[in-house]
Amino acid sequence: MDKEVVEHYLNTNRRHFLGKMAMGMGGVALGSLLMPDLLSGKKAAEEQLPLGLKHFAAKAKRIILLVQNGAPSQLESFDYKPKLNDMFGQELPPSIRGNQKLTGMTAGQKSFPLVGSKFSFKQYGESGTWVSELFPNIAKITDDICMIKSMHTDAINHDPALTFMQTGAQVGNRPSIGSWFSYGLGSENQNLPAYCVLLSKGKGNGQGVYSKLWSNGFLDSSHQGVQLSASEDPILYLNDPKGMDRETRRKMLDHLAAMNQLGYDEFGDPEIPAKIKQYEMAFRMQTAVPEITDVSKEPDHIKKLYGPDCMVPGTYAANCLLARKLSESGVRFVQLYHQGWDQHNNLVSEIKGQAKDVDMASAALITDLKQRGLLDETLVIWSGEFGRTNYCQGKLTKDNYGRDHHPRCFSIFLAGGGVKAGLSYGKTDELGYNIVESPVHIHDLHATIMHLMGLDHEKLTYKHLGRRFRLTDVHGHVVKDIIA
Amino acid sequence: MKKTVLQLIILGLLLVSCKEEGQYASIPQQKVPDMVDYNFDVRPILSDKCFNCHGPDANKRSADLRLDTPEGAYKALKDSDKEFAIVPKNVEKSMVYQRITAKDSSDLMPPLDSNLKLTQYEIKVLKKWIEQGAVYEPHWAFIPVKKPEIPEVPSDWVSNEIDHFILGKLEEVGLEPNEIADKERLLKRVALDITGLPPSPEMREKFVQNDAPDAYEQIVDELLGSVHYGEKMASHWLDVARYADSHGFQNDQLRTMWPWRDWVIHAFNENYSYEKFVTYQLAGDLMPKKNMETILATGFNRNHKINQEGGIIEEEFRIENVTDRTNTFGKAFLGLTLECAKCHDHKYDPISQKDYFNTFAFFDKVIHRPKSMGEVLAEPPLITITDEVIDKELPFINKKEPEDVDVMVIEEKPDIRTTHVLNRGVYDDKGEIVEPSPPEAVMKFDTLVYERNRLGLTKWLFDERNPLTSRVFVNRVWQEIFGEGIVRSSGDFGMQGDLPTHIGLLNWLSADFMENGWDMKRLVKQIVMSSTYKQSSVVSNEKLTIDPDNRYLSRMSRLRFNAEMIRDHALATSGLLNPEIGGRSVKVYQPDGIWEAASSGRGILANYVQDHGEDLYRRGIYVFIKRTTLPPVQLTFDAATRDQCEVKRQSTMTPLQALIALNDPTILEASRVLSERLIQEESSFDEKIEAAFVRILCRSIKPQEKEMLVGYYHDQEKAFASDKQKARDFIEVGEYPILEDRDEVKVAALMQIIHTIYNLEETIVKG
Repeated sequence: MDKEVVEHYLNTNRRHFLGKMAMGMGGVALGSLLMPDLLSGKKAAEEQLPLGLKHFAAKAKRIILLVQNGAPSQLESFDYKPKLNDMFGQELPPSIRGNQKLTGMTAGQKSFPLVGSKFSFKQYGESGTWVSELFPNIAKITDDICMIKSMHTDAINHDPALTFMQTGAQVGNRPSIGSWFSYGLGSENQNLPAYCVLLSKGKGNGQGVYSKLWSNGFLDSSHQGVQLSASEDPILYLNDPKGMDRETRRKMLDHLAAMNQLGYDEFGDPEIPAKIKQYEMAFRMQTAVPEITDVSKEPDHIKKLYGPDCMVPGTYAANCLLARKLSESGVRFVQLYHQGWDQHNNLVSEIKGQAKDVDMASAALITDLKQRGLLDETLVIWSGEFGRTNYCQGKLTKDNYGRDHHPRCFSIFLAGGGVKAGLSYGKTDELGYNIVESPVHIHDLHATIMHLMGLDHEKLTYKHLGRRFRLTDVHGHVVKDIIA
Repeated sequence: MKKTVLQLIILGLLLVSCKEEGQYASIPQQKVPDMVDYNFDVRPILSDKCFNCHGPDANKRSADLRLDTPEGAYKALKDSDKEFAIVPKNVEKSMVYQRITAKDSSDLMPPLDSNLKLTQYEIKVLKKWIEQGAVYEPHWAFIPVKKPEIPEVPSDWVSNEIDHFILGKLEEVGLEPNEIADKERLLKRVALDITGLPPSPEMREKFVQNDAPDAYEQIVDELLGSVHYGEKMASHWLDVARYADSHGFQNDQLRTMWPWRDWVIHAFNENYSYEKFVTYQLAGDLMPKKNMETILATGFNRNHKINQEGGIIEEEFRIENVTDRTNTFGKAFLGLTLECAKCHDHKYDPISQKDYFNTFAFFDKVIHRPKSMGEVLAEPPLITITDEVIDKELPFINKKEPEDVDVMVIEEKPDIRTTHVLNRGVYDDKGEIVEPSPPEAVMKFDTLVYERNRLGLTKWLFDERNPLTSRVFVNRVWQEIFGEGIVRSSGDFGMQGDLPTHIGLLNWLSADFMENGWDMKRLVKQIVMSSTYKQSSVVSNEKLTIDPDNRYLSRMSRLRFNAEMIRDHALATSGLLNPEIGGRSVKVYQPDGIWEAASSGRGILANYVQDHGEDLYRRGIYVFIKRTTLPPVQLTFDAATRDQCEVKRQSTMTPLQALIALNDPTILEASRVLSERLIQEESSFDEKIEAAFVRILCRSIKPQEKEMLVGYYHDQEKAFASDKQKARDFIEVGEYPILEDRDEVKVAALMQIIHTIYNLEETIVKG
């Protein structure tokens, strides 16, 4: 052990994947501490936690963030506004709109006719949570989720709004929320990255996603989100080349290690043994990752739960199932993006497909975690980047309409990880334009998520260019009311 | 037993974590100096722990107390005219000292809820400083550069002035420098530092055989004369200039700024002075003798991202672009975090919000045409590069396609709009009107001398009294060679930045750079000719313990290649490299589906269409950069995101890098092609293995290494012979035509050995 502590000290000036994943006195995963392999790296967050405090007892250990990319309409999903149906075609009163800026797409529009949901709503469960007919499976689990109807954000366009949701700032190269957790809490599994990203697309109007959304920003790049793909290589370059079997690869690594050792004998540079270890970890990942990403061995009742799409790689359903497996295996932060929610026109037909893509699998994920006893320690978040307007964009007809971007209110839901189940939180006005009760800003959501994970959003900082940065910048309040 | 082990681990961790390590801590055992220096010992503590509430930002100042100026610190406290924050030479009467040592936590400073805490060492420093008179001095980086005396060091180790400063400091801390590195390793290092490419076997042979006393200088001159010098220098400049081949944001459309990139390479190769190089880029459109070249160079200020999203508010993103230009100017040329002053006065540096918008005004007076409908490759103002223009004025542009190319540039219109302070940085919340002028704290902007436009700004930048321009650039050139700058925070020379490890050296080099006409090649040569640079990178336990970060340069740091070098090295050593300079960016091997998965499905760049043939073997600097989906290999090896100006890359080590080195077809193809080439040579397999090793490692093979690899080769040959299909599969990688009539078992076995050599730690290290 002595040797390792010495080595650890000698390596303190070095950026090191394993170490960064495992260390951090703010919330060291004890499981990792027991793995001597993880000891050889740089200390990470303790310097950044000036008082050396362990913040709080964590309620959640892992997060699965289901990003509904493009911004699903709250008015067709969870925020029931019958008054809008009553006022069909009437102008949005200017007093309600106030000084709200419009996007370039509707700024030239002369009329802002109100339009209600074409889809019917009912209350479900003991909680009596309102859900539209588009989400029949989510309707079945309302007593397990916490619905927030009073989310709001600062941005009105996709890139800035997504960037804001992911990094706490609309522009600039800040670390993504998953990177903050990788940095603050490390990984629970030495063979997997702490932060994994999965992408899928619906048929609706796509907005694109950007690798900067899972960027480490100014944090060490070991905290970057690792994108898992639906291809044969779930992690880029994971598979051995053709003609190379495991035994041959093993031999190659042994030769590499032996020759690198000669270099270490000559130069004494601690980077060299570290590199040997990186190769060993890569070798283990090559076995561990395919085992986890292989969903084919899941039992039938699970396949049925997530729906037939879960066997089609690259779909939202397949990604939900994969998310459960990754999370279960100790990946700290799993993030899904599902494109296609940007219904400026043809909302009625497009949103049906989008809802169908995600409804069953989103509910299945929560149900599955619950039946495995994992929901208590796993926080699931379902959210878009902003809401949609209560008035029509483009031509309003009886059967069709569209909705523009709306930052002032939108609905999201959380489940597990220490949030109150069966709660509907916050209220918008009867036209669904402004929040009238318990607003929750993106910064507040971030602060709350960190709190649930045992971190104080004001204390998890990183010093960069002379300033201590936080995910929540200089804002954010923990929404205590939604914590169980 | 298990428990004891765990306790030991935790104890060990706590010991390490409790060891305070301020970023300014220059001496391993922190001993309070006999004479405390304000800039080096005191200000970092005040700035880090106190200025947040008692510093330059008037809006956030608590108790009306500021500790960043002597007037503020010495005056009577707001609540009591008998009490003073600091009374020079009187610790008892200095409330600052009383509060930082208060027993009662409600009196303690910094307050508990600030999450800041002073260490015992810091308290001792502040105490001593007050005892010694609490003398304030201006921030070191804002004092004009003065060439210092060269320290005397009686040693034959020194090669030039640089070594005097380095050795002087080493003597202070009790370390000895290393011997000069062996010739082969030195050559690999210097070739990569100057051209970004490994030395060819011929060059290596020539250098090793050359016993002339100036053999090394001959090689350095040869390398500096290579056309690849410009590519190497450009590779860093493209990070600074946030160059990319797409606009960024949702549909992330193609843009065609590459002729500007070709100009950068040209400018370095022609060895433009730094002054000329920067003047063209910042103000080429305003120069009295402007021409196509100077205007092309202004593309620098159009490299920022452009949002072509349908719903954007035009003015919001125009402001965003001007902001980006302003911040880039601050970081790239002044080494300041100007952006911190966009929304409020700078918390640490003497830059007010008004200063910010004064600087912003220079970049606000340019034409911004509302974007045309649809997505365009170049938004006006732009210039069109035709074959005729190239023939007549811009021969360095490598345009092979018949189509003309549009490049975005800058066009000024002085009275186009008034510039306002934007309250809280919000684009439409206009405050007072401001006129163009840069931050006064750096240097006064004398409008009798300088025009109030970007040309005047550039003259101000290159006025020899400007304290930052030379220091910031010299420091970055140093950083690119040594891995770290003399000021480690190369993007922040402000109060919160790191202090220089060798202030005398930085000043000397900066003054010398200016005296010699801002000559960039000369500067590079000066650095690589020093013994400091030439010394070996062997590190003893003693040095690791005393100076783990190698701040004092008692050895050369062993530095991993950057992303571009890794690619270039594999291509060059296998003989695949296409050495063509410039031209449109190329799309090389990349796993399927990466662009498609993330794209919105719209625009030319929705699908990745890989190039073929010679284009596959271009240098890393030409690899196509789509901002929203960066090339994965580059990204994993810490390349900059080109999202905004970056002046320093990270250097990390992750298992994902190992996966790339093991499985990326680029490296596998290089291994195969080199194997095929060696197979065709008349030589024994021992010789082939040796030849491959020498090419890749750029040094001779040691007997032990040779023995291992030869044994490994025979083992692999046997394995592939027993399964020829495997051999055929293995060598079938990459699009480079496979050698016909080959013995696939031998090719595969040798390829495996070569691939192993490519994966050695030393291979991609400047050792």
